Amino acid sequence: MTRRGVLAAALAAALATAAAAQGDGRLSGFAFMGPDTQAMQKDDTANPGMLWVAEGEALWSQPAGQSGRSCASCHGEAAQALPGVAARYPAIDDATGEAVTLDGRINLCRQRNQQAPPLALEGRDMLSLSAFVGHRSRGMPIDPPDDPRLAPVRERGEALYRLRQGQLNFSCANCHDDNAGGRLGAAPIPQAHPTGYPIYRLEWQAVGSLQRRLRNCLTGVRAEPFAYGAPELTALEAYLASRARGMELETPAVRP
Amino acid sequence: MRAPMLFIAASLAVVAAAHAGSGAPVPLRVVGDGIPEPLAGLAGDPARGRAIVVDRQRGLCLLCHTGPFPEQRFQGTLAPSLAGAGTRWTVAQLRLRVADSRAIDPATIMPSYHRADGLARVAKPFEGRPILDAQQVEDVIAFLATLQDKEGPKR
Ligand code: HEC
Ligand code: HEC
Ligand code: HEC
Repeated sequence: MTRRGVLAAALAAALATAAAAQGDGRLSGFAFMGPDTQAMQKDDTANPGMLWVAEGEALWSQPAGQSGRSCASCHGEAAQALPGVAARYPAIDDATGEAVTLDGRINLCRQRNQQAPPLALEGRDMLSLSAFVGHRSRGMPIDPPDDPRLAPVRERGEALYRLRQGQLNFSCANCHDDNAGGRLGAAPIPQAHPTGYPIYRLEWQAVGSLQRRLRNCLTGVRAEPFAYGAPELTALEAYLASRARGMELETPAVRP
Repeated sequence: MRAPMLFIAASLAVVAAAHAGSGAPVPLRVVGDGIPEPLAGLAGDPARGRAIVVDRQRGLCLLCHTGPFPEQRFQGTLAPSLAGAGTRWTVAQLRLRVADSRAIDPATIMPSYHRADGLARVAKPFEGRPILDAQQVEDVIAFLATLQDKEGPKR
């Protein structure tokens, strides 16, 4: 919408954070934050998300399950692990033909390749591993696969993005497309680009996944939140990734 | 500032929401571009209304609106100021605006505070319930009516 364009342009001009601006009006959530929070994200020694990355790196080489193998056994040591992979998710799992998120992909590896039980979604170990794998793509452009099997998933995600829902009757687009750059009470409304996940959120005092963020937005409009791992959340993630194609991954981002 | 839209009074004359439980909305009796009669015949209290308007869990108004509330930090920027609302609009118009904003403009982001129908995927604790009950709507209307131009700058 025009309002969005005007606000985005004003913001882009006002904030001299070239790294966050795409030159096409798209802005990372980073651009909507105060200078203190931006500084915290940019300094690895101050960014609390780096603790999760370090824990994930330790888990990377720990054997698990009946296979007795670690992630490193198959994917190589941490310093070489999976560059650019997080930037491509959600993607299609060839074995099932279903779309999977990065966390879902990690759990498939646990089950199929390590013969280990899946990690609890949103549990400490999963967040650490996904922060580590995400960090291995930091600075790379978001690069959703050109896989025709993803098209219906993105379409479903977009339909959910445009669905007005909850007691307050909001669609994601009402806030993140039509009113991005405005303030909802105290909170600046970002454009909902999934550039930094999992993020360290000051309000949570912890690292959390994109799905946790989406559930927060749903709860905020008094809609029934989708369960962690639900296909609807995978669909939303796939749509958001396609909207953010080419934007730089910042994992682990800090957000208010 | 947008003028109120003309809309089809006939089809919206009574939005008869299902009276499922005690918290269900009362019917809205729309005449022209407003609701002339108080909801459920209740009298509103402006002091209670002000408290509801500034409350971010109940009224939620300041998530979007600004207004003459000097003690309230962090007012929203998504909607016009409420200052002078009582001068710009009749009580009947204000009642429709708050109770059922969608009747004025189906695309508005302002929620219909006293309707529970036509919504998707409402979280269980809120299902079938309006955002504000009839008494709360009347309190808010009584307060908005006191927001005359002299009380705050028109933005
Ligand atoms: C009522 C407005 C509103 C609605 C509706 C809403 N959000 Fe949000 N969303 C926000 C705000 C405000 C923030 C930033 C919160 C903060 O920084 O504290 C946010 C943050 C986000 C972020 C994080 C962006 C980042 O930089 O990390 C994503 C992604 C997001 N929302 C996606 C969605 C999706 C998908 C939906 C629909 C299911 C949705 N939102 C619905 C207001 C909304
Ligand atoms: C026994 C070998 C093995 C182990 C152990 C293993 N993986 Fe994998 N992983 C694979 C194979 C093979 C693939 C390719 C897809 C498939 O066949 O499942 C893969 C794919 C992946 C992918 C997707 C890569 C892409 O390009 O899309 C991720 C992410 C991943 N693994 C993470 C992990 C993590 C994290 C661990 C440790 C918890 C782990 N894997 C343990 C063998 C393994
Ligand atoms: C989600 C955002 C939002 C919330 C919450 C909200 N409004 Fe609004 N309101 C708007 C918008 C946007 C308009 C402008 C007209 C339109 O777009 O429908 C508006 C218009 C109005 C108007 C007419 C303004 C004028 O003078 O032209 C009044 C009065 C009003 N709102 C009162 C309230 C009250 C009272 C509350 C709380 C009980 C409230 N609003 C909550 C978004 C909101």
